[in-house]
Amino acid sequence: MTTMTHDETQALIQEVLEAYPEKAKKDRAKHLAVNDQSLEQSKKCIISNRKSLPGVMTVRGCAYAGSKGVVWGPIKDMIHLSHGPVGCGQYSRAGRRNYYVGHTGVNTFGTMNFTSDFQEKDIVFGGDKKLAKLIDEMNQLFPLAKGISVQSECPIGLIGDDIEAVSKKKGKELDKPIVPVRCEGFRGVSQSLGHHIANDAIRDWVIGNRDGDETFATTPYDVAVIGDYNIGGDAWASRILLEEMGLRVVAQWSGDGTLAEMELTPKVRLNLIHCYRSMNYISRHMEEKYGIPWMEYNFFGPTKIAESLRKIAAFFDETIQANAEKVIAKYEAEYQAIIAKYRPRLEGKRVMLYVGGLRPRHVIGAYEDLGMEVVGTGYEFAHNDDYDRTIKEMGNATLLYDDVTGYEFEEFVKKIKPDLIGSGIKEKYIFQKMGVPFRQMHSWDYSGPYHGYDGFAIFARDMDMTINNPCWKSMQAPWLKTADAESQTLAA
Amino acid sequence: MSQIAEKIKPCYPLFCDADYVDNLAKKRATAEEAYSIEKIEEVFQWTTTQEYQELNFQREALTINPAKACQPLGAVLCALGFEKTLPYVHGSQGCVAYFRSYFNRHFKEPIACVSDSMTEDAAVFGGQKNMFDGLENARALYKPDMIAVSTTCMAEVIGDDLNAFIGNSRKEGYIPEDFPVPFAHTPSFVGSHTTGWDNMFEGVQRHLTLNYMDDKVVGSNGKINLVPGFETYLGNYRVLHRMMKEMGVGYSLLCDPTEVLDTPADGQFRMYDGGTTLNEMRDAPNAIDTLCLQPWQLIKTKKFAELTWKHATNYVNIPMGLEWTDSFLMKVSELTGKSIPDSLAKERGRLVDMMTDSHTWLHGKKFALYGDADYVLGMVKFLLELGAEPTHILCSSANKRWKKEVEKVLASSPYGVNGQVHINLDLWHLRSLCFTDKPDFLIGNSYGKFIQRDTLHKGREFEVPLIRIGFPIFDRHHLHRMTTLGYEGAMYILTTLVNAVLERLDDDTRIMGVTDFNYDLVR
Repeated sequence: MTTMTHDETQALIQEVLEAYPEKAKKDRAKHLAVNDQSLEQSKKCIISNRKSLPGVMTVRGCAYAGSKGVVWGPIKDMIHLSHGPVGCGQYSRAGRRNYYVGHTGVNTFGTMNFTSDFQEKDIVFGGDKKLAKLIDEMNQLFPLAKGISVQSECPIGLIGDDIEAVSKKKGKELDKPIVPVRCEGFRGVSQSLGHHIANDAIRDWVIGNRDGDETFATTPYDVAVIGDYNIGGDAWASRILLEEMGLRVVAQWSGDGTLAEMELTPKVRLNLIHCYRSMNYISRHMEEKYGIPWMEYNFFGPTKIAESLRKIAAFFDETIQANAEKVIAKYEAEYQAIIAKYRPRLEGKRVMLYVGGLRPRHVIGAYEDLGMEVVGTGYEFAHNDDYDRTIKEMGNATLLYDDVTGYEFEEFVKKIKPDLIGSGIKEKYIFQKMGVPFRQMHSWDYSGPYHGYDGFAIFARDMDMTINNPCWKSMQAPWLKTADAESQTLAA
Repeated sequence: MSQIAEKIKPCYPLFCDADYVDNLAKKRATAEEAYSIEKIEEVFQWTTTQEYQELNFQREALTINPAKACQPLGAVLCALGFEKTLPYVHGSQGCVAYFRSYFNRHFKEPIACVSDSMTEDAAVFGGQKNMFDGLENARALYKPDMIAVSTTCMAEVIGDDLNAFIGNSRKEGYIPEDFPVPFAHTPSFVGSHTTGWDNMFEGVQRHLTLNYMDDKVVGSNGKINLVPGFETYLGNYRVLHRMMKEMGVGYSLLCDPTEVLDTPADGQFRMYDGGTTLNEMRDAPNAIDTLCLQPWQLIKTKKFAELTWKHATNYVNIPMGLEWTDSFLMKVSELTGKSIPDSLAKERGRLVDMMTDSHTWLHGKKFALYGDADYVLGMVKFLLELGAEPTHILCSSANKRWKKEVEKVLASSPYGVNGQVHINLDLWHLRSLCFTDKPDFLIGNSYGKFIQRDTLHKGREFEVPLIRIGFPIFDRHHLHRMTTLGYEGAMYILTTLVNAVLERLDDDTRIMGVTDFNYDLVR
């Protein structure tokens, strides 16, 4: 299938929209666009961060998922309570692969599920007393926990519980931070508001805790890695490069992170932001309150890594700049070998993406390093500033889809016939059955890391193994094969 | 480290390389403010003690690592078992994202389910408008024959009235007057995922039969209704079909998601496939009787079959293991007048043959187990039949009557004397028990792997290996396709258990020059 023109892509969008009832069609039309690199602002072509339509099968999550699942959950030495009924904590338990090291259940708690398991009486009479009591029980059974966050599920905000008062009182009593987070799932339109609420809770309850305390020995090279959740060890494969060029990573937000790291972050020289969407808020806050500059970077694929290392180094002195060049040079032979091995196997392959926070734009460069082309991309919960950053990364006349519905994605794929789709678990099996090679790009499909030079090698290996695995050629029983095999199997 | 193109390392073993180990040690020393390893180990050891267990069991408010999920999850599974039916959850959209991914991870299959995405304004004004648009959009896009509606706790807390909302949706023309939309209120703060299955099933019973009872005559279709309950082993649906066919009885398996949860990879995505037809459900009151195969969770289902369908709802235990499969088949035979065929007697004989072959490795072995009420009860029963000893038996959502029932089963066998039944406790309680009263093995879902790791950390001799039977199983492939019911299911369980014992023995004796005994070729 050759590249589509602007008009062809537009026609495809129109065709897909036809299935919707009138009102829904009008709404969805605003979320689908043909990319045009000449646009300065994305709002001219695509609308985002709006309510999902009822009944269309969005894959979006909720504010709780954004707070407990994304931002807070990875802080490993705190206990994160799923406050409310039993489900939320269970469904979000240990599924994200935000790695950490520690003695789980003793000084770290990341893969556990702590819940207040609300019963009917808690809904009727309120859960504040239960909350106070379970905090005591946590404190007794887990004395090494550095703090507690209370992650609100839907009912909390509806029954009028005062978790702030309970948290404040118990926090004082136990002399540990207890952070109430109002991330009830019905708030906002997606995970995104949960990120914001979680950032605000950190701002209000954590970030200023070491103000005036100068005991931490700082260096001029201290940085924090912000918005890296250490999926499959991403943050580790990133920090090792930063430290190799002479910087010191004081904090990881929040993959493999700790309460102390968060509290010490206001003392760093520079905040490095990977996932802008989920953590720009706290970075802006630190800029305003402490004057710490922040910088976006991209550690997917050697081109973007080198670009980012230079950009980061430019912020520091010549030694660091020279070190950055050394790091780039050191790894060059290695990534060239990776490219030499995999590029011939992947050259020209076309990819469609549909992911979350930063990946719909950040991974484009890594695919391009392997000779692949991203022909469609979209975000679950982006805002306009994300699409602003995406337009230039994508080719002209490629397809953009915001909060894509199950129906739309399936139809787009049938027409565009990509060689690979990168999306999530809810999409994975649909497209695999259609014969389209698929990689989960949230969990790295149980692989990773994908960040850094070490990660790029794994990324290349993984894309190759999935695109070139023989399984895709076996979709048709030999006695059913027709001359026009392509119409039968998309990836054939 | 850096990667070599010919041997690229993913997380493991990449992060075992010295540069990463050093870097993470440096991270720990720089700003983690971690406790010393000595302190951590000291506290760890304390968590393994009797003293800790006592504190742990005093918990009244805090739940840690529960072995249950919430109602709408069960409602979604139930809806998937009907032909061309789209599960629809009224309330917050995040819940549906969770239900889908939870089932995706277990079945490794697509899961179709929609939400009507209620947000703050719906919390204030109620979710009727969401339901109007949601039903209309879902029907237009996904073309189901039926939409089965359940609720999230948000909708329950604000008191949305599904009956009224769906009725108004019809009146206002968002869905046709006669389009089937059964519904169930499934508050997540009551019961568990199994309660939700029961509620949704009753919703379907009600919707398709309640107003159409006039011409129904018990026994007139000559069939037996089988209601599976929250059942995630695809083989269990299939073995029920097979056993009934071999018996030559007419039957309706009411709710059967085997096809839609096991579609082929052949270039086509099937959002719907197979399932109990709506007409079969409509005809269900004409059956001879309705057998609830997981009676401890099918409370409302049974009641509806009794009161509205006028069925006797003969009691059967979950057909798990030898005797309860016997009694299930005999009950079907008794109700239908069809004899149990030689093929099933022979299959039974094969199971008994396997039991005689393997008893030497299972006799007296101690098993702790957890999971849903009926499954746990059936597993206890079968363990006793094998001469194995269930020691700690835990269900996170069960009542005192169930506890008594398990105790009754334990009391019926000399191998049950050490069995203790724990209701409404969680896997952190079970962790304590695995330290203070170590079983040989733990039987349960994937979450048990953390107990195995914890016990191993105390020392190899304290390790309690996990045997994965249950739901969810995320970390092993394709086990959900196996069978745990009927003689066939007992064969699978037996094979799994005995080989776990033998694997473990190999692990224990594989040390050359030290344990050269019992590392046997022939067993």
